[in-house]
Amino acid sequence: MKFEPKIVAFLCNWCSYTGADLAGTSRMKYPDNINIIRIMCSGRIGPTFVLKAFREGADGVMICGCHPGDCHYHEGNYKCLRRYKLIQKYIQQMGIDSKRLHLEWISASEGKQFAELANQMTEQVRELGPCSIRETMETFV
Amino acid sequence: MTEESKPKLKLAVYWGAACGGCCVSVLDVHEKLFDVVAAADLVFWPIALDIKYKDVEDMPDGHIDVTLFNGAVRNSENEHMAHLLRKKTKILVAYGSCSHLGGIPGLGNFTNRQEIFNRVYHESESTVNEEKAVPQTKFQVPEGELELPEFYNDVRTLDQVVNVDYFLPGCPPNTDRLVDVFMAIVTGAELPPPGSVVGAWDKSQCDDCTRKKTDQKVVKAFKRPWEIVDDGVTCFLEQGVICMGPATRGGCGFRCIEGNAPCKGCYGPPADAPDPGAKMMSAIATIIDSNDEKEIEEIVDGIVDPAGTFYRFSLPSSILRRKLIDVNEPTN
Amino acid sequence: MKRITIDPITRLEGHGKIEIFLSDDGEVDNVYFQVPELRGFEKFCEGRPVEELSQIVTKICGVCPGCHHMASGKAIDAVFGLEPPPTAKKIRELFYMAHFVHSHIAHFYALAAPDFVVGPTASPAERNVLGVIGKVGVEIGTEVLKQRRIAQEIQALLGGHQTHVVLNMPGGVRKGLNEEQRDQIEKQAKDFIEFSKFSLNVFGDVVLKNSDYVDLIVNGPYNLKIYSMGLVDENNKVNFYDGKVRMVDPEGNEHGKYGPNEYRDWVAERVEPWSYLKFPYLKKVGWKGFVEGKDSGVYHATPLSRLNASDGMATPLAQVEYDKMYETLGGKPVHATLAMHWARLVELLYSAERCLELIQDPDITGTELRAEPKEIVGEGVGIVEAQRGTLTHHYWTDKKGLVTKANIIVGTTNNNAPICMSLKKAAQGVIKKGVEVTEGTLNMVEMAFRAYDPCFSCATHSLPGKMPMILNIRDKDGNLEQSVRRD
Repeated sequence: MKFEPKIVAFLCNWCSYTGADLAGTSRMKYPDNINIIRIMCSGRIGPTFVLKAFREGADGVMICGCHPGDCHYHEGNYKCLRRYKLIQKYIQQMGIDSKRLHLEWISASEGKQFAELANQMTEQVRELGPCSIRETMETFV
Repeated sequence: MTEESKPKLKLAVYWGAACGGCCVSVLDVHEKLFDVVAAADLVFWPIALDIKYKDVEDMPDGHIDVTLFNGAVRNSENEHMAHLLRKKTKILVAYGSCSHLGGIPGLGNFTNRQEIFNRVYHESESTVNEEKAVPQTKFQVPEGELELPEFYNDVRTLDQVVNVDYFLPGCPPNTDRLVDVFMAIVTGAELPPPGSVVGAWDKSQCDDCTRKKTDQKVVKAFKRPWEIVDDGVTCFLEQGVICMGPATRGGCGFRCIEGNAPCKGCYGPPADAPDPGAKMMSAIATIIDSNDEKEIEEIVDGIVDPAGTFYRFSLPSSILRRKLIDVNEPTN
Repeated sequence: MKRITIDPITRLEGHGKIEIFLSDDGEVDNVYFQVPELRGFEKFCEGRPVEELSQIVTKICGVCPGCHHMASGKAIDAVFGLEPPPTAKKIRELFYMAHFVHSHIAHFYALAAPDFVVGPTASPAERNVLGVIGKVGVEIGTEVLKQRRIAQEIQALLGGHQTHVVLNMPGGVRKGLNEEQRDQIEKQAKDFIEFSKFSLNVFGDVVLKNSDYVDLIVNGPYNLKIYSMGLVDENNKVNFYDGKVRMVDPEGNEHGKYGPNEYRDWVAERVEPWSYLKFPYLKKVGWKGFVEGKDSGVYHATPLSRLNASDGMATPLAQVEYDKMYETLGGKPVHATLAMHWARLVELLYSAERCLELIQDPDITGTELRAEPKEIVGEGVGIVEAQRGTLTHHYWTDKKGLVTKANIIVGTTNNNAPICMSLKKAAQGVIKKGVEVTEGTLNMVEMAFRAYDPCFSCATHSLPGKMPMILNIRDKDGNLEQSVRRD
């Protein structure tokens, strides 16, 4: 049986969620491995969200926000970018491959780009295999 | 000694994977010792009393009024004693960083038994071990069989093993805080709900710290402590040195900062932090003074050990709990 | 084969148990001292910035954290290729002497004194620090607590955190002393000297004037003819902070002397499957088993071994006491295990005198506190004397100064093999066939262990007078034959 990765995608309301919506309404195919969580701004994303996603069984995590300069709240996406870089470093130290976490800017009109990203991410994580946090958790009774 | 007018509190102090510093913190009541002894009978304390495990097993359940359990759960003996003392104790307190959050032994969750054994018993540069011996949980010697506790892969906090009534943080807890809590119990004051952190403030270190802070916290580069000449006066973060103060409960008297060293977070996070290091990471990232991806990368590069910095005392209690290593390796 | 288990070992820092095997005729066949704990510092320090280690390794031991802090600090200096300026070195040593004062006071009054002031087989109800206070007075008890508190306060003043000190930085220290603090510490150091002299007098009055105790020390089953190790300065005088490690054979002849970078040429560690703690031995002599003598690589690293391995004390009053001890006990080297208690008090006096010397040194209030790192050499070894033995920290780092490997030989670890041997000898000496094993007997076995001060014994705690212990004697099928209990 082929391994079906679970990917959690945090999408910001104003740009990337709308972009994903566009992909949907345009009937662009993207894998149902992607589980979308809508947040108002990518600046809302902190390490806790990412870590919880992995802990609860995600094999990969995607974060999408508005392009630099376009953030509905001006600077939120920059905060997200800074946190993303630090979280990347942290998860690598914790034995989680950095390719399991990805940040990309997707605008409201970029439905095609979203679909491509979703496909890419799914295949990338499929290749990496399951993220074994769940198994590790089991040693903690 | 003073006349007993009411039954004395039966107090136990026990250590798991510990260093003894928490026991020292109890001793550091100094001359107040005589007051402590007037109010409490110590019924089990291996560093001080010759009471053995068998004696604890013989105690009726709930016999001990308060047990201060310090040290993390690293091996089967620690785990066994956690369960035993839970049974024999009315109020079980996770005393100190190790039992509260995992503490420094919790850094063992970056590795596992096999790696540790390899390093200590084989790779160590001063060790000569041609027989490739390693400690065994059961080993036959000519005279009989010897036993050792099992060394687990993972370090756990006390509340990951048994129900804990209160957490008293610190590495070790400030003795004045211990006395506060002890007096509250002895005088029959109303105690907070079970599961609470006691002996520490709700607010962070920054509230107590006397270093000068401005409203502007922006960092163009993070520095290792030896890369700056600390002026002894300005907030460490504003000098570019990571200080865990903002994400750490106060109550210790900001003793490390008094020694001109940044806080490392031993008192643990304030309430409602689902992960002890995540909020700090978030805050640190926020104060990075750049919107340029390349520049941000360079600045983040200056944080050389995020996991060991933001989770110095709290790795086992973090969301990820441990580094992912293949758990399916042969047992000894 | 009958078997006696003592679990856990108590009145020390750390976990341990003793298994005593008796042959069918009731003689002690063998004794195993097992250490059931391990935490893995050497492994989980990997990946940490090397400068953080001096604050991480203090958590190896909360009783002698200052020792790990110093050894680590020196190793880190070497990793950066730095020599701390004179003021920094002196502040470090001053801190270190206060650290010795607090620890040696604590050990003597709670650990050693009860066995001598009250008596080794006296009722357990009295054989504790309260019993000691009962004999010498509450004033003394309060004075003990006070002197220990002052030593702790000096450590806090210099090192911020009084237990897990933060004093060291690569190349120096974080904080200096002002004149007011200097004056205060000078007064306190003088008090330390007086208190140390007083403590030696207590030992003199209570122990040396009692012929039974002297007999116990000199002729009792507490004697091991093994090598001695200790750090000495350039004049071969005892120094805790810096110098070279010197070893002498059981007859007192120098076996060798090494600087930090040579430790692996001289010391090796052995693994036994029945203990988590390794067994160091002298490499050039070789491991011959748990045996005494010049041909066996077993050595001890204790206050007594430090005095044996040196040519004297570097301060005048301590030198007088050093001479007195050796004269009384028949010359150097001394192998009487219980003499460690005496040697410890000589060291206490030295620490106090050295505190005074340092605080009166004009450099101590200097403002040059550190040498600034310019490069990362990538490897460093730091050696100091911990209260309970020679302590070695060795680190390797990458070009960024992140630790790639760490190797640590801890003070008490040096004494693992001698402790096993001392326990066996004591058990063989006090457990005799046909004679009932009492709680006094058990205490006399423990005394062999306690002399090494395996980390800490609570100095100032009121022991409730109980020394409850259950002694289960089982036949070879494991059936309980006799149970001796003392409550």
